[in-house]
Amino acid sequence: MELRSRVPEGPLAEKWERYRSEIKLVNPANKLKHHVIVVGSGLAGASAAASLAELGYTVSCFCFQDSPRRAHSIAAQGGINAAKNYQNDGDSVFRLFYDTVKGGDFRSREANVYRLAEISARIIDQCTAQGVPFAREYGGLLANRSFGGVQVSRTFYARGQTGQQLLLGAYQALERQVGVGRVTMYPRTEMLDLVVVDGRARGIVVRDLVTGAVASHVADAVVLATGGYSNVYYLSTNAKGCNVTAIWRAYRRGAAFANPCFTQIHPTCIPVTGHHQSKLTLMSESLRNDGRIWVPKKKGDTRPPQQIPEAERDYYLERVYPSYGNLVPRDVASRRAKDVCDEGRGVGPGGFGVYLDFADAIARLGRHVIAERYGNLFEMYERITAENPFDTPMRIYPAPHYTMGGLWVDYNLMTTLDGLYAIGEANYSDHGANRLGASALMQGLADGYFILPYTIGDYLAQAKLGKVGTDHAAFRQVEREVSERVDRLLTARGRKTPDAFHRDLGRLMWDKCGMSRNAPGLKQALAKVADMREEFSRNVYIGGKGEDFNQTLEHAGRVADFFELAELMCRDALHREESCGSHFREEFQTPEGEAKRDDARFGYVAAWEYTGAGNEPALNKEPLEFAVVHPAQRSYA
Amino acid sequence: MRFTLHVWRQSGPRDPGRFVRYDVTDISPDMSFLEMLDVLNQQLLGRQQSPIAFDHDCREGICGACGMVINGRPHGPRQATTTCQLHLRTFSDGAELWIEPWRARAFPVIKDLVVDRRAFDRIIAAGGFITARTGSAPEANSTLVPKRDADLAMDAAACIGCGACVAACPNASAMLFVAAKVSHLGLLPQGQPERGTRVVNMVSQMDTEGFGACTNHGECMAACPKEISIDFIARLNRDYLKATLAPKPPVKEFTGAA
Repeated sequence: MELRSRVPEGPLAEKWERYRSEIKLVNPANKLKHHVIVVGSGLAGASAAASLAELGYTVSCFCFQDSPRRAHSIAAQGGINAAKNYQNDGDSVFRLFYDTVKGGDFRSREANVYRLAEISARIIDQCTAQGVPFAREYGGLLANRSFGGVQVSRTFYARGQTGQQLLLGAYQALERQVGVGRVTMYPRTEMLDLVVVDGRARGIVVRDLVTGAVASHVADAVVLATGGYSNVYYLSTNAKGCNVTAIWRAYRRGAAFANPCFTQIHPTCIPVTGHHQSKLTLMSESLRNDGRIWVPKKKGDTRPPQQIPEAERDYYLERVYPSYGNLVPRDVASRRAKDVCDEGRGVGPGGFGVYLDFADAIARLGRHVIAERYGNLFEMYERITAENPFDTPMRIYPAPHYTMGGLWVDYNLMTTLDGLYAIGEANYSDHGANRLGASALMQGLADGYFILPYTIGDYLAQAKLGKVGTDHAAFRQVEREVSERVDRLLTARGRKTPDAFHRDLGRLMWDKCGMSRNAPGLKQALAKVADMREEFSRNVYIGGKGEDFNQTLEHAGRVADFFELAELMCRDALHREESCGSHFREEFQTPEGEAKRDDARFGYVAAWEYTGAGNEPALNKEPLEFAVVHPAQRSYA
Repeated sequence: MRFTLHVWRQSGPRDPGRFVRYDVTDISPDMSFLEMLDVLNQQLLGRQQSPIAFDHDCREGICGACGMVINGRPHGPRQATTTCQLHLRTFSDGAELWIEPWRARAFPVIKDLVVDRRAFDRIIAAGGFITARTGSAPEANSTLVPKRDADLAMDAAACIGCGACVAACPNASAMLFVAAKVSHLGLLPQGQPERGTRVVNMVSQMDTEGFGACTNHGECMAACPKEISIDFIARLNRDYLKATLAPKPPVKEFTGAA
């Protein structure tokens, strides 16, 4: 497999402009004849589907939820970054670019990140025009807040519901196109496979989640905007339905999967309370603007937080990282939280928690200011824990949140399969080994509104696509395979539910391929996952039938793919004998316990290629060349 | 904790449906309501019985997927709380709970507690947007929005589209849902050009979908997990009146692309 990044020539700052001037365009009259499938309706999918339809393409959009508005982008809380420099604090396109490359621990592609920073400002313009009610200052100007890993204030927000408001903006643009018949929306429809004809992606096979009917859809290009795979850990901040199936099936059809082991563990989530827990809830990173993180200095100190005097508290982030303090990047904050808990200084039941304390901010700014900034987050915290953060510090602990890994894409966001695109969290591109806060929304919308609509036109203008219908042999074949897979799951009739298997897999992955990893643990995990997979195929119980609304069956299909992904994640983590960003190999750390990169050996994107069932995947490498920034040991001290 | 549950079971749209009793025990007060149903469903599967179908996704109270009527109240007894964020410590031990789907003609039951809410999407498609073609936006700070207006627009925009307002309304009206969107967009300067057509088209679609009329019961606001105010309904009525009494009332226009 050849990995061609297709990065345009020229100086970094001129690449995107030059590219846009040189690409091939599709004649307006011909756009209608081109059919594009978009799978997923989150920020990336909805913005892409709406923008493509506005351009005149015929679009079909699919989501497994009952409405496109429910995609998990809706749960993003804190904000969206943009290099507007409205605060006059020295921000610039270059600085946002630099922060993102550095935050990602120098494992992303320079040209893509620069383009992202360049586009960021237009996203705010676009969303404001759509009526996204961003927070305002009294004079009517847009307001900003700070986020982790940066020293400027460039984050735009809508209370603690920024993702919701941005998604509703994109959803409304999408529905507008549905209303005029330019987009056909397929809710409660799950993509179960990709169809490749003559080496090009030409369609998908889906299951109608209400009737269970399996059907094919043909297109000239397929866009996967299906999000990340943090649910491989079972407990994560993702919605229950989030899954890897679409991109995993694309991988099995020939799209390379890049850096699967780069998974972000978010530092500020509500700790686990018991074995019944079905998911973890994030508390926005924006809380670290005003909250101070601490644990008792003494091990096993069980006094209530108010009774621990100032001198006996360890504000460990402020102590270790004086210049960034509580606003260090997520990977660093998470790892340090784990360290202090592993030392026995964690708080709350089980000792897996640290305090996030607002007492100082309330004293300094007043209760009403804190209530205005974080009121809804405080309420959410209180509903879940029955504790009021105004009176007692929050308890937080890291949890799986975002996956930087995903399908490998070139500069055009096209995967290694012609005609197959991956956008948003589903691709691997811009965040390297660690994503900065408020950058996921930025990337999803940059991909969907401003990048893909151009790059896909360049492909469609040149691809000479033969006429293909759902009666084509390739579609028939894939439909058969999908139906057989569904039947196999149903006929196992074992004794263990998909949920029980999923919990077991999640615990294993959290222990062995979570916040820190080591070679023996990863090898154990590889062996164990193989055993679990085998047991799953034999002993899963689903019940009901395929031609029905069957949520257990939906879950089982997703778990089956998570098993396969888990193996690839462990394999990737094992092969990467360095630490970088979120990927922390215990064998490779600095004396201060920071991630120690090995640029000479691992300064590349690992793109894994499927080589058939039972075979080891092939490793392809895209070397990362840094022409403008110089990779250095990240320092936030 | 232990509970006696009476859960609405309906195998499909044509099945008349009925309540089925389940006793659940060993329930932690820290569990969410949906986690209790998860536990019950795992037990049902263990006995090779069909699990209870219900919609849910984010379990953080923001996606709007979940929702069931608990003891006659959409999303249950706790104010400003979705079903997924409702914890069992809210209930007394041994309580008897009746669990039903949203009931409204415009929300047909698909299975058990799952209903079809696509009518909401069609209302948005009819006019619940600001036409802002990608790439055409002016510099964001070129339009100032007073903080008061932006905050009020955000209050309305907080709607999660769950449908509790419809389930709570004796007329199964969707007025609060529609009013929230009409107000959110109508409060902003960007939303002014389409303000009249928007409200007329959305209300017309709401009627087509079979939602009832608003007769000011206020149950919607009481049930709304985001505490959207019925003041927005007054705002909708004002906009609607203004639009329809105008010398040239807006007609359903072509508002799409190209």
